[in-house]
Amino acid sequence: MSTPSSTSILPAPGSRFPNIAFKWAAGLAAAMIIVLIILVGWELYAGSRLSLSKFGAGFLWSSEWDPVAEKYGALPFIFGTLVSSLLALLIAVPLGVATALFLTELAPMRMRQPITMAIEMLAAVPSVIFGLWGIFVLIPWLRDHLFVWLKHTLGFLPLFQGPIYGVSMLAAGVIIAIMILPIVTSISREILRSVPNLQREAAYALGATRWEVLRIAVLSYARRGLFGAAILGLGRALGETMAVTMVIGNRPQISASLFAPGYTLASVIANEFTEATTDLYLSSLFELGLVLLAVTILVNIAAQIMLKGITGSVSSKVA
Amino acid sequence: MDASPYLPSPRFARWRRWKSGAITGILVACALAVIAPLFLVIYFLLVRGYSSLDWSFFTQLPKPTGEVGGGMANAIVGTLTLLAMATVVGVPFGVFGGIYLAEYGSDRANDWIRFAADVLNGVPSIVWGMVVYLILVVPFKTFSAYAGGVALGLMMVPLVMRTTEEVLVLVPQSYREAALALGIARWKVIMVIVVRTALKGIGTGVIVALARIAGETAPLLFTALGNNFWNHNLKEPISALPLQIFAYSISPYDDWHRQAWAGALVLMALILALNITVRVLSRDRQSTL
Amino acid sequence: MSTLPETARIPAGAAPVRVAAAPATASTADVPVEAEEVAFDIRNFSMWYGQRQALQEITIKISARKVTAIIGPSGCGKSTFLRSLNRMHDLTPGTRLEGTLRHFGNDLYGPGIDATAVRRRVGMVFQKSNPFPTMSIADNVLVGLRLNGMRDRSVLQERLEQSLRMAALWDEVKDLLNRPGTSLSGGQQQRLCIARSLAVQPDTLLMDEPCSALDPIATAKIEDLIQTLREKYTVVIVTHNMQQAARCSDRTAFFYMGRLIEFDNTRKIFTNPSNPQTEAYVSGRFG
Repeated sequence: MSTPSSTSILPAPGSRFPNIAFKWAAGLAAAMIIVLIILVGWELYAGSRLSLSKFGAGFLWSSEWDPVAEKYGALPFIFGTLVSSLLALLIAVPLGVATALFLTELAPMRMRQPITMAIEMLAAVPSVIFGLWGIFVLIPWLRDHLFVWLKHTLGFLPLFQGPIYGVSMLAAGVIIAIMILPIVTSISREILRSVPNLQREAAYALGATRWEVLRIAVLSYARRGLFGAAILGLGRALGETMAVTMVIGNRPQISASLFAPGYTLASVIANEFTEATTDLYLSSLFELGLVLLAVTILVNIAAQIMLKGITGSVSSKVA
Repeated sequence: MDASPYLPSPRFARWRRWKSGAITGILVACALAVIAPLFLVIYFLLVRGYSSLDWSFFTQLPKPTGEVGGGMANAIVGTLTLLAMATVVGVPFGVFGGIYLAEYGSDRANDWIRFAADVLNGVPSIVWGMVVYLILVVPFKTFSAYAGGVALGLMMVPLVMRTTEEVLVLVPQSYREAALALGIARWKVIMVIVVRTALKGIGTGVIVALARIAGETAPLLFTALGNNFWNHNLKEPISALPLQIFAYSISPYDDWHRQAWAGALVLMALILALNITVRVLSRDRQSTL
Repeated sequence: MSTLPETARIPAGAAPVRVAAAPATASTADVPVEAEEVAFDIRNFSMWYGQRQALQEITIKISARKVTAIIGPSGCGKSTFLRSLNRMHDLTPGTRLEGTLRHFGNDLYGPGIDATAVRRRVGMVFQKSNPFPTMSIADNVLVGLRLNGMRDRSVLQERLEQSLRMAALWDEVKDLLNRPGTSLSGGQQQRLCIARSLAVQPDTLLMDEPCSALDPIATAKIEDLIQTLREKYTVVIVTHNMQQAARCSDRTAFFYMGRLIEFDNTRKIFTNPSNPQTEAYVSGRFG
């Protein structure tokens, strides 16, 4: 067989082993992700086994947290986590959706980029810096102005009664709201941008005013996605640790007043983990972590499902 | 024929227009309210942080409790050390995983891995600290820089994986085909042609991830722990800017508060520098790729 | 092993089994190939993408050191056919094939055959020029050699010049060798891609509509180049441009709906085709 030009100078191709090894290495790295999820769940479970066997499901309902008496109950922390996160959602979702509406529908083109950038920068500010700012700037202002005004005008509600310390559930809600605003806003923006222009034009063609267009064509079309954005924000809010720890007051109590200090799952872990002197204490903290993990994962999965197909996977792109 | 019943009354039309205008105003106010915290934070960082920054902040170790003076030199070096260690842990897994997603994975497997990455992204950072505590702190009976680096590195994996996948997918298929048609082995094609072409994008993704973890405090609390001295051994606790800021800001001392602001300013500057690098890199990328 | 795989690499026992499988179908005309060396001997070759059959029972003998043009309307399977000649389909999941495809006697899809080795002998030039964007002109030409383990600088230098000369690009770029490959014009880039393919010393070059993105002057240069390549290489070129096929090929194969309709000397295909479908296509009545 004469193959004139193939008097080759090249070495023969080696075995196929490197190709297969490379593919496996890449596959293993990708599988790491799944291994990591299992690892995280398993380790937390392993860490909390002692507490699980000692307290059982009652751990979740008990509101007593007394390390000295070795009595541990998660209720005050679950309460604090839920209340602070819901407060944050109440503040952040309307603001975030409104800002997203402003950015997609109203703002002049040259303003959109700088505002978007500012929101991205807000997402880049570390939690601990928000905490520092919260302690020394936000809380004094809330204590001396907003809280006083709230107590004065809405003081007939139990929510706004009681002594004002500054550090409080409401302060935590405000700081979490600031921290989840970027993700709520940017995902809402993605969702609003995915509303087809045809929708808007159809509404304008009916003689609708700008607000009516937003309400009829844009918001109603994007409702599911915006709900998903809110849920994703909730996922972030539940796990916020540092800033919350610094402004919430860290007192394991259940109080009707938003001015009263509280405590969250994440902050009790942050504060007490390295001080936990007994095995049961540490194990109880691990169980709190397990509860936190379970809730955030469920919330995140719900958000992913709701956002699926609308925006691809924006959640991984924005902070 | 009287058409007037079919037209809205002028009063109603005015009300509609007024309402529309009012809501425009509200939206503008909301947008301002959203970006206001950024400027407030930056303003206070600059005012309080800058006045507290001095040479000794960058060169000295923290002073013992209650004494005035000292700096965060060890924390600055500690943060850089931890970021380097996190890169070593997170980037290989992230990049190789991204390669798998972009070059090999079936649609079904990829869907699951992406979903897992998104879920992992949402795991609270404090949980990472607890997990690494069990894996690396308990068995070795000491808090360590290694544990801190691993905790941050694991947080990087899903971020780097997704961005790597995204940029690899952007590399035109024709480059892969051209290289394969030269009889180059597939893995070399991927590493030398595809990854090389997307290198800037991958680098950008890594920096984005670094910017995201640089300010993380919670995962370091029970891993790196913090330390008031120089770390000479990565098997021992190491300080980091976020840890030091946290410790100082909840302390009762004015001088430490002052230093917390200075530390926050330095940390913020570091993160902003990373973000600006990302912007510059991605602007270049748009022009070449 | 220090040379590229030749027949000796194929286990002798493995090959004949499938050759005996089926006789040639009647669709190919009597091309006078008996006296010529056969580069590709293809029998009953069918291919599927998932459920869809893209090639049906192709039987054809492509001669060595000739230019063979493949023509046919879009979607007729001509590109699919070309890409199966150097196993580019290996990358596409869900492809399946039947029949035999021999290159200088080697069953390209036989057991133990490495697609990488196949592609070193059967190079490919693509529709759109695709020099690697991160590499200089020189690096583009040499990348195949380097990644296949060639380290000798003097050989690399020699091969660089030789390949660029063969691709009729040397005079234009000899002073710009360190400039990025993407800085060249479209026609130059395509010749750079040809030089890149030639550098690994294939004996066969597949061209998938290499001129479709080029202006007439650049096209003329590539066509001239194809004429000179014929002296050393087997060239198979897919084109939708019938004038191009008529101008620069020795043999022409007409594909339609995944079948080989007619294969003959180019002159015969364009002047006196024996199949009415071929006639309709070359006279511009469909496609």
